[in-house]
Amino acid sequence: MNQTYAVTAVTVVVLATVLIGALGLRISRTTSDFYVASRTVQPGLNAAAISGEYLSAASFLGVAGLVLLQGPDMLWYPVGYTAGYLVLLILVAAPLRRSGAYTLSDFAEARLESHTVRRFASLFVVGIGWLYLLPQLQGAGLTLEILTGSPDWVGSLVVALVVTGAVAAGGMRSITFVQAFQYWLKLTALLVPALFLIVAWFGDNTPRATFDAPAVFREHTSVRIDDTVRIELDAPITLTVDGKVDGTSYEKQRVALGEGTHRVESGTRLGFQAGTSVPETKEHTGTGTSNWSRPLAGDRDEYRLYATYGLILATFLGTMGLPHVAVRFYTSPNGRAARRTTLVVLGLVGAFYLLPPVYGALGRIYAPELALTGDADAAVLVLPERLIGGVGGDLLGALLAGGAFAAFLSTASGLTLAVAGVLHQDVLPARGVGHFRIAAVMAVAAPFGVSLIATNVPVADAVGLAFAVSASSFCPLLVLGIWWRRLTPPGAVAGLVTGGGAALTAVLATRTGLPSAGWAHTLLAWPAVWSVPLGFLTMIVVSLLTPSRIPPGTAATLARLHLPEDLSERRRGDGPLRELRAADKRAVQYGERRVVPQGEQDGRRGKRRARTDAEQQEARPDAEQQEPGER
Amino acid sequence: MPAAPDGPRRETVTGVPRQARRPLGHTAARSEIDEQTTIGTTYVRSLMRSQLKAGLTALGVLILFVGTLPLLFMLPESVTGSEVSPTLWVWLSLGVGVYPVMLLIAHWYVRRAERNERDFTGLVEGR
Repeated sequence: MNQTYAVTAVTVVVLATVLIGALGLRISRTTSDFYVASRTVQPGLNAAAISGEYLSAASFLGVAGLVLLQGPDMLWYPVGYTAGYLVLLILVAAPLRRSGAYTLSDFAEARLESHTVRRFASLFVVGIGWLYLLPQLQGAGLTLEILTGSPDWVGSLVVALVVTGAVAAGGMRSITFVQAFQYWLKLTALLVPALFLIVAWFGDNTPRATFDAPAVFREHTSVRIDDTVRIELDAPITLTVDGKVDGTSYEKQRVALGEGTHRVESGTRLGFQAGTSVPETKEHTGTGTSNWSRPLAGDRDEYRLYATYGLILATFLGTMGLPHVAVRFYTSPNGRAARRTTLVVLGLVGAFYLLPPVYGALGRIYAPELALTGDADAAVLVLPERLIGGVGGDLLGALLAGGAFAAFLSTASGLTLAVAGVLHQDVLPARGVGHFRIAAVMAVAAPFGVSLIATNVPVADAVGLAFAVSASSFCPLLVLGIWWRRLTPPGAVAGLVTGGGAALTAVLATRTGLPSAGWAHTLLAWPAVWSVPLGFLTMIVVSLLTPSRIPPGTAATLARLHLPEDLSERRRGDGPLRELRAADKRAVQYGERRVVPQGEQDGRRGKRRARTDAEQQEARPDAEQQEPGER
Repeated sequence: MPAAPDGPRRETVTGVPRQARRPLGHTAARSEIDEQTTIGTTYVRSLMRSQLKAGLTALGVLILFVGTLPLLFMLPESVTGSEVSPTLWVWLSLGVGVYPVMLLIAHWYVRRAERNERDFTGLVEGR
């Protein structure tokens, strides 16, 4: 691949991100702009921003890689990511907006009027955020490694630095523009090369991808094994070896390998002849839901079904609990707009997800050796070079590289913003902008450190784990908090800790490779099937056992969550006042005074703001007494 | 972030624009809600119930059309006994088919939820 083009594309994306962010910064004047873009972001722009933030490296690279490795069953990932937004729309979108919560911790505190719940929620926000940031950074490292041959920590470092800088300096309004831009960039970067690739595929007499049998090398292929792997052969093959296989050194010799398992040392170069089946590697079996190259034995079918439902539950229910998703809802003007925004997001995200499977299927045909080297996530990046080649292939490859970097940057900055916000409010002694910057550095530094140690976690896989934890902790909290009157703080804490804790433990256990096979492994690798019900049950049972702890303001809070704004905003300015006070609180933390916007100059927005301000003045005296739970 | 001001920033205090006050008066039902009486709580409960019903219906349709797919994919293998899974069917339904279905469900839900809210507002404002 032509390095110059690719590096140029990545540089352009990074610069454009910084530039648009800086432009947004210039029109971002007030504290309200900084945090919530003055709550005037209209559905179209906001939906593009949400989609831009949501479509991460897992979507851009990971889905295609998984399809290449494991076949069409992996399409459940994009379906789940999209359906997660549908469930979010149905159960929480409008009430979450109306709660006036900025982060999930804010929601927990507002609904349950308890500091303890807030602290536990913050713990999980940070945990999930880090789990999700890790694959973004690793993906960036992989991309830059493929493109330029640089060590894999360089890409991670670039993303970590850009994101930290952007978050420490930027604000919600500028981020909104950046994210919206990046959605369209990502869509273009995936769509245009896909069209060319499909044309090239037609020109090649439309070879079919086989997913029921091992992939086959179409031409003589030389593969360099970077990490030692154990390969499994169903039938004896002859290949050229330059390196060490099964403890014997060879120098560009033809070797016949018999059926069974063979160990290939790192640095070995294997030459496969055209028509040879791609051997399966041990490392890739068992981590995914299905195992494409082996006929499925009877009990494997049960595993597969279980794993598929584990994936479905985790993604359908986990989306609502992702820290960067919740923050975005706050920028909608009202609950109704939040709903409509989510509808547009569904359309945008769904349109995007039509594309990665194309890359997965083509990768299976034209780049099967990626399954052997463990770099399946790179399928998207190498395809143009394989199918088209020449300057055209280089240019398309560069476009894809730029899109991939947009994916890392947008998701990582959204996550960092959310995690840094929580760290700053709940962990650090809050003292102004300086501490927020420290929080931003902490938010990125931890996953960056881990990314250096823990390598070779497939991007989409790691993201799936974050979803599982989120589905078992925040999904029960949000759903019960919004729809159930009898939720109590002890119940919420117990549910968070039991459900989320169980999922997290299972995730960590599989990562360290404790149960290596069988049902124990499957149960722990896909915890959502049992951990989500566990979280719900614990929350309900403990709440029912502690009826005296139902927060006194529950009825008022639920009324605010569900009443349309035109009714509830006039309820003594309760909702807006709460939000404004929260903004005041943050403004003080950031060493700024809240400035009442000069909104009268621009029509609609000015009107809304003016009314809110007026109400705030009217409302302050009695609203202070009305909410004893408020600090 | 805007640079920290040198001194205290000037704070503009706006008056109450006349047109911003809605002419709609307080109806009986609204003050019930405001004062959180039993009747008021009942009003809110009724809205919550209708919204929850709409939500659960949408969720049910999602489970019916999408959630059962893994089972459907397993079916032909056990019914026909053939080892070949209908791969093309998987590709079409998961790669393309489910997205329009989800979008339709979402569209229906948004319209339904907004209608519930309109009905409720009408009820409360006595229109």
